[in-house]
Amino acid sequence: MQTNDELITALKTIVKPYVQDEEAFAQLTEQTSFIKDLKVNSANLVDVALDVEEKYDIEIDNESMERMLTVGAAIDIIRQKLAEK
Amino acid sequence: MRNRVVITGLGVVAPNAVGLPAFREAIQQGRSGITFHQELADLKFSCQIGGIPPITETDKKQYFTDLQLQQLNSSGVIYGVMAGMEAWRHAGLPVATDEPDWESGIVFGTGLLGIEKIRESVYKIDQGQVRRLGSTAVVQTMVSGVSAYLGGMIGCGNQLTANSSACSTGTEALLMAYERIAFGSATRMLAGSCNDHGPYLWGGFDAMRVLPYQYNQSPDRASRPLSASASGFVPGSGAGALVLESLESALERNATIYAEVRGGHVNSGGQRGGGSMTAPNAAAVQRCIQKAVEQAGIQPDDIDLIDGHLTATLKDPDEVRGWVNALGRSGSEFPYINSLKSMVGHCLSAAGSIECVAAVLELHEGFIYPSMNCEDLHPAITDLIDPSRIPQQCIQKPVNVVAKANFGFGDVNACVILTNYQIQTAHANE
Repeated sequence: MQTNDELITALKTIVKPYVQDEEAFAQLTEQTSFIKDLKVNSANLVDVALDVEEKYDIEIDNESMERMLTVGAAIDIIRQKLAEK
Repeated sequence: MRNRVVITGLGVVAPNAVGLPAFREAIQQGRSGITFHQELADLKFSCQIGGIPPITETDKKQYFTDLQLQQLNSSGVIYGVMAGMEAWRHAGLPVATDEPDWESGIVFGTGLLGIEKIRESVYKIDQGQVRRLGSTAVVQTMVSGVSAYLGGMIGCGNQLTANSSACSTGTEALLMAYERIAFGSATRMLAGSCNDHGPYLWGGFDAMRVLPYQYNQSPDRASRPLSASASGFVPGSGAGALVLESLESALERNATIYAEVRGGHVNSGGQRGGGSMTAPNAAAVQRCIQKAVEQAGIQPDDIDLIDGHLTATLKDPDEVRGWVNALGRSGSEFPYINSLKSMVGHCLSAAGSIECVAAVLELHEGFIYPSMNCEDLHPAITDLIDPSRIPQQCIQKPVNVVAKANFGFGDVNACVILTNYQIQTAHANE
């Protein structure tokens, strides 16, 4: 299993194209919110989820998708889905 | 009392040139944008040629962010946004900051948007992969997609819409924008239209056998409006866009005025009197032209140039007869007449806008582009008008009044009268 730092690095690569607040992106932590802090368009959260699915070969169900609002939540979901595999 | 409306910005993405400066040069030289496409041959199309604008990745990056480009698979959106933004910048207009520009709107038409994106989506859905469509399958395929993209980029706060009337879409868009300003509902309107390219868009026409199949080895000779050997229209694609603005606003901000929109008319032939789903009712065409002249407040004799619809089918002689009857002019008294389709093919729903951009350039800069591939003029046409009326080489001369018309499936017609702004002022002062 990857460390949190490794997962954050991978997530940053995925989320970077959708970010509209570069300053918040530079200071990204597990508490960072995709929409409130990084100003990712809510429609694009779907694309972030699809990219995560592709990278880790997992499926993010609708409920998980609704929870996936912060970097930390995304990491939890990835870990959980990888564990279920 | 209608407000006077002028054109203050132009943008174009055409098969023979991308961007206004290159387009001006291409149409003066009569350069063809029709090429052979192996993909069409592989798919067993009879007509394996078409007009596709030569767009580069660098071009796209000038208009779209990396994020927007990521899932972009709609050629119509690409063409429409490029032409629309070029026109807006050409007009010297700013994009809104925080507050929308309440006085600026968009009418940007198309026939069908994002056919490649639709195909991609259909495949995913049929494979049970609907959740993998991504976030932009809707905005790239909704008919108002281009208006929506442009509206956001510019920050428009007035009407944002898309019209659709087959091959008259572009000219109709211009007239809709004109009316909105003329009646005071908006100060500026970006008017335009676009058309996707490719087999899924062109296939239906190939199946109807209205495209030429004899020129796959000589594509630049294939589009032959007005010619005796015309054997069908060559499918094209692209976009054109024009910024329309109240004369008052244009003068206030000292904008360059490229032409005045004097008026026009849109009608249909009801698929009666010889008209059908695919053929025009001749009486409706004449009526459309006459109503346009009437609304513009000009005389038929004032018209210097007709930018025709002229697709290179057997209907070209009928169209010329329509103009002859509507204007009461024939032989050497007939205006000059040309067809941009001889260079770019029939850009379908984009045709009217691309051709209107060409017409405005002719007015503003004083030239008449050549109508190519008609060295063998159709005898039914030379029975009506003198061959000298059809320029086979570019003519440099002042042009004061242009009549531009387009006709489309569904028996629909649109005709607009464009004039040189300075000349019109002289008339008004008489």
